[in-house]
Amino acid sequence: MRNIWTIARREYKLYFTTPIAYIAALLTLLTVGIYFVVIIYYTTNQAYYSNTAPGIDIVIGPMATVFLFAVPALTMRLLADEQRMGTLELLLTTPVRDGELVVGKWLGAFLFMLTIIAITLVYPIVLNKLTNPGIDQGVMLSGYIAIILLTAVFLAIGTAMSSFFNNQFAAFFATLAVLIVFWWLIRLPTYVIQNDSINNILNYLDLNGRFNSMLAGTMSLSDIIYPISLTALGLFLSAAAVEIRRWR
Amino acid sequence: MIRATGLTKDFGSRRAIENLTFEAKQGEVVGFLGPNGAGKTTTMRILTGYMPPTYGTAQVAGFDVISESLEVRRRVGYLPETVPLYPDMTVYEYLKFMADLRHLPNSDDMVDAALDLVQMGKRADGYISNLSKGMRQRVGLAQALLHRPEVLILDEPTIGLDPAQVVEFRNTVREVGKERTVLLSTHILSEAQQLCDRVLIINKGRIVAEDSPENLQSRLVGAEHVVLRVKGEADDLLPIIAKIDGVQNAKLQPDGTLEFQFTPAADVRPAVARATIEAGYDLLEFHPVGLSLEEIFLQLTQDNARKES
Repeated sequence: MRNIWTIARREYKLYFTTPIAYIAALLTLLTVGIYFVVIIYYTTNQAYYSNTAPGIDIVIGPMATVFLFAVPALTMRLLADEQRMGTLELLLTTPVRDGELVVGKWLGAFLFMLTIIAITLVYPIVLNKLTNPGIDQGVMLSGYIAIILLTAVFLAIGTAMSSFFNNQFAAFFATLAVLIVFWWLIRLPTYVIQNDSINNILNYLDLNGRFNSMLAGTMSLSDIIYPISLTALGLFLSAAAVEIRRWR
Repeated sequence: MIRATGLTKDFGSRRAIENLTFEAKQGEVVGFLGPNGAGKTTTMRILTGYMPPTYGTAQVAGFDVISESLEVRRRVGYLPETVPLYPDMTVYEYLKFMADLRHLPNSDDMVDAALDLVQMGKRADGYISNLSKGMRQRVGLAQALLHRPEVLILDEPTIGLDPAQVVEFRNTVREVGKERTVLLSTHILSEAQQLCDRVLIINKGRIVAEDSPENLQSRLVGAEHVVLRVKGEADDLLPIIAKIDGVQNAKLQPDGTLEFQFTPAADVRPAVARATIEAGYDLLEFHPVGLSLEEIFLQLTQDNARKES
């Protein structure tokens, strides 16, 4: 546990020295900010016609879309860079388990993303002031749990890809591809397949569907268990890839 | 203590090392001498727990490198050939990070001690990206010595250092080697001679010789080589030197020097020097040439081939 924390702490600090992390943070905050202002502006002008106030989904929804691209950029170097600089050899000859290394790397990135997410908490506060009688606290909580779980999954997939490839760009595009499958593509077959059991499986695996239902304020136990299992699977595969590297 | 038995490592169909068996005791500095690609790094990576061997076993500090890899890694200090450093960290941060990974008690004191040992105390707060090659090497060595390991494994530690740094580096290794086991690889013969109690010569993944540097030298040196340089052309001097009793293989080199050999039993050097002066030449240079590593390998591999046949 101590090794995980040591590695995570270094990784977290490292993000504050890399331009790509600032770009990812800027991109997220800028997108969410612009989206927020535009929606607020639009709804205030249209308020005469409509009486539904904007919810927390106007903050978290665009965040998820940006993370789809920001996460691969943040994770692509996690292990690929260590390999390139030769420091993987150093880490693998210290008394640190392969699993601890991988979880530490993931945790460092996760903490960085949590920092970005924490900054966006300013929007629900503003939103709460603007709307009457204020935003639904339960929906806000479930929305933030959704984005945190989604970030954990995205990062675990990115960590796995970074451990599979020595090349950072390969890791970036592979992560993006897998994320797009889980986010957009996986539910497409359900529109053509008539078999209910296959459709049930695909719907179960669809991250987007679960995310949207959580954003709307409905949350089931599997909405929590599924992303956590997917994160664990990603980290397990990364540790296995590091182990395989040793045997090659 | 290091004990390797029948170590073999295959990378796909390529065999990097084959059936290596050797030992290194506590308080001993053992040199791994061989050309690039001989299998030195592979062997060292196996001994540090970085990768397992395909066949064979090895014990380092009393633990098995495969089944007790974490215990081995706790007790080994390793400096890989490309010094693994994080350029975004300061020297101190880097060593502190390594100390934390090794769960060292009083890690601040241990870091300070390691910095003192490699004389980098003054640069502790400098960023690694701003260090020269020699300083980086020293930081790498500090990292390897940080936890006062029982076994120190150094892969080509003096590459890229300037001569003064090499001397410094050798002193540090000698000091450390008094009470620990040191295995270092090099392709510089003189370095192995100066530093090591014992030398293992490895070529194409096999150990071709194992002995103390002195014994190896005397076993190998059948004839002494001498180079002689005179002012002006040495063309006319060649027949004079070649005629002297005991001079063998006298020939002119493309750079204008004259080279010859003699058997150590009959030292012809005084006679050659006299003859040169008497022939009216100004003698500029007269020095022995050591056997190059290539010649040693050639000799050893030929010996082995002969023995096998």
